[in-house]
Amino acid sequence: MIKEIEEKDFDEVVLKSKTPVLVDFYANWCSPCKMLRPILEELASERGNDKIVSINVDEAEDLASKYGIISIPCLILFKDGVETSRSVGLKSKSDIEGMLN
Amino acid sequence: MYDIIIIGAGPAGLTAALYARRAMKKVLVLEALSYGGQIINTLEIENYPVAPHISGFDFATNLYNQVKELETEIKFERVTEINNSLNIKVVKTTENTYEGKTLIIATGNENRKLGLDRETELVGRGLSYCATCDGAFFKNKNVAVVGGGNTAIEDAIYLSNLANIVYLIHRRDTFRAEETLVKTIKEKDNVEFIYNANVSKLNGEEKLQSIEITTNDGKTKTLEVSGLFIAVGRIPENENFKNLIKLDDMGYVLADENCHTNIEGIFVAGDVRHKDLRQLVTATSDGAVAANEAIKYLNSNKI
Repeated sequence: MIKEIEEKDFDEVVLKSKTPVLVDFYANWCSPCKMLRPILEELASERGNDKIVSINVDEAEDLASKYGIISIPCLILFKDGVETSRSVGLKSKSDIEGMLN
Repeated sequence: MYDIIIIGAGPAGLTAALYARRAMKKVLVLEALSYGGQIINTLEIENYPVAPHISGFDFATNLYNQVKELETEIKFERVTEINNSLNIKVVKTTENTYEGKTLIIATGNENRKLGLDRETELVGRGLSYCATCDGAFFKNKNVAVVGGGNTAIEDAIYLSNLANIVYLIHRRDTFRAEETLVKTIKEKDNVEFIYNANVSKLNGEEKLQSIEITTNDGKTKTLEVSGLFIAVGRIPENENFKNLIKLDDMGYVLADENCHTNIEGIFVAGDVRHKDLRQLVTATSDGAVAANEAIKYLNSNKI
C-alpha cells in the first residue's frame, strides 16, 4: 500500500529523504486520481513502498499552494529536497516509469 | 501459462474477467492506461438496466473492485504485439511477454483526430475530446464543437449550459444525430451553427486562442475560442493485431454474437467488435459471452 502522509511529515519523509520520492498529490473527489492509484500501487510493489507517498491536497493547502498545484492528479518527483520532474493528469505506468528513471 | 489473457480493462474486458474468474480460470488482464475504458468519461449513465443514475466512473470503479475481489491479476502494461504460435497465444507488452491458452480482445476504440498541426500538443490546453470531462474549465468562455453525430450534439448541449457562446461546426448541412438531440440544440440561444465547414488551423502558443475554419466554398474565417471539443467519431484500437485477425472495412474485428474471431482460441468483446450498437450493455454482454466461449474452448480439451 502507498503510504499516506500529512503536511507536517512532508519535510521529514520527502525533502530529507536520501532517495528520490514520488509524491502523489490527490483529492478524494478526483476520479482520475483514483484511477491512477492502482498504477502507483503496482509501481510501489515493484520498486519499494518507500519510493511513493500520497498527500491529500484538501488537507495540505499550504503545501499545494507552495508547489503551485492547480490540477490533480499531480505527481512530483523530489530528489535531495528539490523538485526534479512533474506530471499532471492520468498517465500510463510506462509514462511514470519514464519519469522515475 | 494463463488460461485466458484479456486485453483491455474496460466494461467488456472486466466483465470477461469476472466470468472467467468465477469459472476458476487463471486470468491475466492487461491494460495500457487504467481501468474503466471510455465509460469513465460519461457523467451519468441513464440506460443501463437497474442502475438509472450511476456515473461512468462509479460504474467502472465498482466493476474493477468486483473483479479485484476475485483476486484477478491485472497489469498496467501496453500490449505491443500478439502472435498465435502452435495454438499458444503470445502477448508482448512494453515490459514482458505472456502466454495464454486463449485470448480475449477487448481493446475498445479511441477518439478520431482531426489531423491538424499541434493537435496533440494542445490537448489539455484548450483542446479536448471529452466535453463532460473538461467542460467545466470553460465557464462563460467561447468554445467550439466539431462534429455532427450524437456525441457532438450532446457535447454542444452540455457546453451550452456552461459556456458563453458555443459554435457547432459541421462539415455537412444536416446532422447525423438523433432528432430529439437536434431539436434540443436548436432551441439553445447561445449556440451558433456553422455548416459545411472544417477546422483548418489551431492558433495559440501556450493555450488555444482561436481556430481557423474553412467553409466548403474555400472561404476562411477565424473564431476566437478558448476551447475546442472534437467529436468526429471513434476508431477501433486494432494496431497490434490487424495483421493477425480478420477485420471489417472500418477496422473492427469480424465476429458474430458468439464473439469468435477467425483464429481458434481468440475471442473479441466490446466496442472493438463489428456490431451495430456500441453501448455499455452490449459491451458487458460481449464480455460474458466471450469468456463463456473461451471457457468452453478450454474445457473441450482442445488445448
